[in-house]
Amino acid sequence: MCNTCGCTITPANQYLLYRPVEQQHTLSVLNHLLAENNAQAAHNRAHFDAHGVLALNLMSSPGAGKTALLEATIAALRDEMRIAVIEGDLETENDAERIRAQGVPAVQITTGTACHLDAHMVHGALHQIDLDRIDIVFIENVGNLVCPASFDLGQHRNVVLLSVTEGDDKPAKYPVMFRAADLVLLTKTDLLPHLDDFDPAQAERCLRRLANPAPLWPLSSKKMTGLEPWLNWLRGHARKASAPAPAHSGVELSSTLNHA
Amino acid sequence: MHELSICQSLIRQIEALARQHRAQAITRVTLQIGPLSGVAPELLEQAFRVARKGTLAETARMVTWRAPIRVRCEQCGKESAAMINHLTCARCGDGHTQLISGNEMQLVSVELLGGGHTLPSNGNQEDTAYV
Ligand SMILES: Nc1nc2c(ncn2[C@@H]2O[C@H](COP(=O)(O)OP(=O)(O)OP(=O)(O)O)[C@@H](O)[C@H]2O)c(=O)[nH]1
Ligand SMILES: [Mg+2]
Ligand SMILES: [Zn+2]
Ligand SMILES: [Zn+2]
Repeated sequence: MCNTCGCTITPANQYLLYRPVEQQHTLSVLNHLLAENNAQAAHNRAHFDAHGVLALNLMSSPGAGKTALLEATIAALRDEMRIAVIEGDLETENDAERIRAQGVPAVQITTGTACHLDAHMVHGALHQIDLDRIDIVFIENVGNLVCPASFDLGQHRNVVLLSVTEGDDKPAKYPVMFRAADLVLLTKTDLLPHLDDFDPAQAERCLRRLANPAPLWPLSSKKMTGLEPWLNWLRGHARKASAPAPAHSGVELSSTLNHA
Repeated sequence: MHELSICQSLIRQIEALARQHRAQAITRVTLQIGPLSGVAPELLEQAFRVARKGTLAETARMVTWRAPIRVRCEQCGKESAAMINHLTCARCGDGHTQLISGNEMQLVSVELLGGGHTLPSNGNQEDTAYV
């Protein structure tokens, strides 16, 4: 790989691209548009892996209940797991303060105008966390069902929240986001009795039409109901993340992490 | 609008290529974009007109090839066209399909003005300074 720009031109193949023409010439590249971000994300993932930390990217529309879910999760797992949170918001430290009030370290990223987190922002934040003393890092993305879906942050899994007040056709309207989900949580189910037009089965059908087999579990953070499948899922994935990595990966890690 | 940050990243990539090839300017950028990439080609082109100002791509034209959505069924093996929110098999209806096209977000090529030989990109000058 070329050291200047990360393109796939090598001394062995560059003669294919080189045209000794004075005026215009075309270079074929075939590079991902987010190659920079993706390389940074791989680096972040290596950090998490090196510390046996499970990293989760929480995404949803604004107000679907990400922070409330984190508060409920921390309350339930407080004596069992060491949790840290990276909070992404356009403005304010409010969400980070809600997490810190639970006695858990939280780093706030205020993105200003950017409607999503990217891997570079998360890298800055993860170096403010003592990963040796953490089992799970939750990354609460900016509330937005569009932009965050395109940016790998270095997480292991995507968790997408859909609150029952948003409409059961959200997976059909935001297919890129819901296709990327490894787990979908149907939130605020305590409100279901007051809503006559939200059908959880319809939400699931829309998700399956995206050829996504991810589990879809209903819960209420407010009433602390339905949390058990989610908590078990966390326990299982945290255990897998903390298992020692295969011996051969050590070499790659030490070269990608040499600055940290 | 994430298209702007994607364009800024794109411009860093193509400027690096242009410098490496000692080009005076970038005249065209060709991309391939699939509907499931989460990037809207129109917004990308709009963002590019903003992001290219003052760069080597200031006068570059952006061409986007749209990629079709196609899936392959793991159940019956059929390859079929699909819709952005309907990615199940067109033949048997099974939900276990692999996306084989439709989420592309690629820089395909750049057209450069002038230059045409590469600068050594590392200490290994014998290999890289191909003239
Ligand atoms: N009834 C009910 N309300 C809830 C539940 N979870 C969250 N809420 C309410 O929904 C609102 C938004 O919740 P948050 O947790 O701040 O949502 P968020 O997704 O973190 O919001 P942003 O970070 O701004 O995108 C608050 O008023 C919560 O009290 C729930 O399970 N039931
Ligand atoms: Mg929040
Ligand atoms: Zn690092
Ligand atoms: Zn089939």
